[in-house]
Amino acid sequence: MSAVLRRSRKSPAKDGPAARRDIPPGMRPPPLEPMRNPGLSRARLLDMHRFLRLNRVLEDQLSALYRQGKIVGGLYSSLGQESISVGTACALEPGDLLAPMIRNIGSLLVRGVPPLSLFLQFLARHAAPTAGKDGTLHFDDPGRSIIGPISVLGTLIPVMTGAALAARMRGESRVALTYIGDGGTSTGDFHEGLNLAAVLGLPLVLVVENNGYAYSTPVDRQFAVDSLAERGPAYGIASESVDGTDVLAVYAATQRAAARGRGGGGPTLLECRAFRRRGHAEHDDMWYVPRDIVAAWEQRDPIDRFESFLVEQGHATKGDLRSVEENLAAELDETARQALGSPYPPPEETLRGVYAGGD
Amino acid sequence: MALTTYVEAIRQGIWEEMERDERVFILGEDVGIYGGAFKVTEGMLERFGEMRVIDTPISESAIVGAAIGAALMGMRPIAEMQFIDFISCAFDQITNFAAKNRYRWGAGVPIVIRGPSGGGVHGGPYHSQNPEMYFVHTPGLKVVAPATAYDAKGLIKAAIRDEDPVIYLEHKYLYRRIKEELPKDDYIVPIGRAAVRREGKDLAILTYGAMLYQALEAADVLAREAGLQTEVVDLRSLLPLDKDAILSAAKKTGKVLVVHEDTRTGGIAGEIAAIINEEVFEYLDGPVLRVTAPDTPVPYSPPLEEFFLPNKEKILKAARQLAAY
Repeated sequence: MSAVLRRSRKSPAKDGPAARRDIPPGMRPPPLEPMRNPGLSRARLLDMHRFLRLNRVLEDQLSALYRQGKIVGGLYSSLGQESISVGTACALEPGDLLAPMIRNIGSLLVRGVPPLSLFLQFLARHAAPTAGKDGTLHFDDPGRSIIGPISVLGTLIPVMTGAALAARMRGESRVALTYIGDGGTSTGDFHEGLNLAAVLGLPLVLVVENNGYAYSTPVDRQFAVDSLAERGPAYGIASESVDGTDVLAVYAATQRAAARGRGGGGPTLLECRAFRRRGHAEHDDMWYVPRDIVAAWEQRDPIDRFESFLVEQGHATKGDLRSVEENLAAELDETARQALGSPYPPPEETLRGVYAGGD
Repeated sequence: MALTTYVEAIRQGIWEEMERDERVFILGEDVGIYGGAFKVTEGMLERFGEMRVIDTPISESAIVGAAIGAALMGMRPIAEMQFIDFISCAFDQITNFAAKNRYRWGAGVPIVIRGPSGGGVHGGPYHSQNPEMYFVHTPGLKVVAPATAYDAKGLIKAAIRDEDPVIYLEHKYLYRRIKEELPKDDYIVPIGRAAVRREGKDLAILTYGAMLYQALEAADVLAREAGLQTEVVDLRSLLPLDKDAILSAAKKTGKVLVVHEDTRTGGIAGEIAAIINEEVFEYLDGPVLRVTAPDTPVPYSPPLEEFFLPNKEKILKAARQLAAY
């Protein structure tokens, strides 16, 4: 990590790829379309807003803990992409299967994972879902139909295909949704999993979060198509590309995909276009990303957009929305304090649980 | 009484488990209408239907990945690798997902990954491998390698019923060469338990898979020509190893020879020698010796493969050297 920090301080932007003039067209924000309510009640809209805000406040607090040196390991922000996690998760039925990737803390919150569990995970405490054996969002929650990710990208696509297969074998109408980044679409498992789901006609919804960069690698070094939705026809499956900063568009597209899967229409590849407005992880100041691109996407902040929509449509006042944020911040302050007081695992925990019956 | 071949024993074991437990299903390449490249799944499509006997694209990683996902949903999948050599394509799913899941968040992944391993049929570098040690080095997995038809059936049934991921290595040289009468009643062979195939007090040969038969032939010769009583232990399970059986053979004979078809460096023999050194050094009358394949890929041409594979003569040479201590 220190090597990366040193390099970032020494590298002047004019020498590095940050000086590139040929910004891939797919990296700019798509044309701005007005947000449209796909028929959600005011209560549902405000619920969605609360999750978006909870996502951001929670990550702000985790970031503060990281800067205090309290987070163990890496921290990965979803700033500017919260709409993808929240929009997709809100569109599923409670029994549908969901597997998050590293920037989908919002999906877990929608599913009802308590923020305390998430603090404990990042703080590597004994009471965390993984008892300190793994961190971040790497845990499952069968009661909430959540399957946990691993760090290797793409692996969840075959795994969720198998989960959808098992549900079908048991006659259960359950959609399986998981995520992959723009970089993760280059893996073999992306192809193998999506193709297997297509051949078996399974209700898999694969959400591609195209956020411009995979660590320092821009999308034009990752693939040669303009939109990843172009890959859908190559697999013989439905695909769609939406503005990932529009939570309602993400919600509506996910609902279409889930309905298609439930109706026997097979998998859907759903590209959500947004931008990674922070580094790959907290240690990374993303000196390699042109600032004007970041600025352009800051103008498309998904929460700002949704709040303007809610106010314009008369669902809430600015004051209402501000108090949601203030209340969440106060609640999470207390939760963080509680997590910080929770003990680390005893060293002998190391040896437990490798096999069934191993404690 | 009818004799059952090793390959038929595997098929029977899977069949009976599919009859017994509707959560059990099989997926892989050509396992359906064709019945598997070696006919392990013959007749299963007709009996159990395409929902439980699933032909897949040529995608080993997706085959194992889908098995993992189904297992997390409560199913008992069996993933067939058409040749075990291709298991490398699924390495990530096996070692990073299946093996670590229980440890990370408590959910076991009860899958069986099985396929034909081993040489002796002139299959060349990609149809002859013994990949066990990639997986023996991965905590969270179990690895078994039966040598008899009885064990082939009992271990596949144990593997299917196991709560953790099991790599089940079928030696293709034994598929139709080995046959025996099997019990009619349901039985399993517990994973992690070795079997003493021949009792002896002068020296012990520890081995598994197709090498068991070379070791038994060598033991016959040693008895005939030198009156040596050789204990032959069939490990059957490589992860977990049956440490008690290994240590008791070492204590009983004081002279241990480990034989495997797998290549030398990083083979299970090194681990066994280390266990014996650490735990029963004072019982030894000589060094723990190894007879293994050399550190090369498996060659194709018959004289090369013959040179590569351990055999009775190579075992005898090492055994005589050990007996002289």
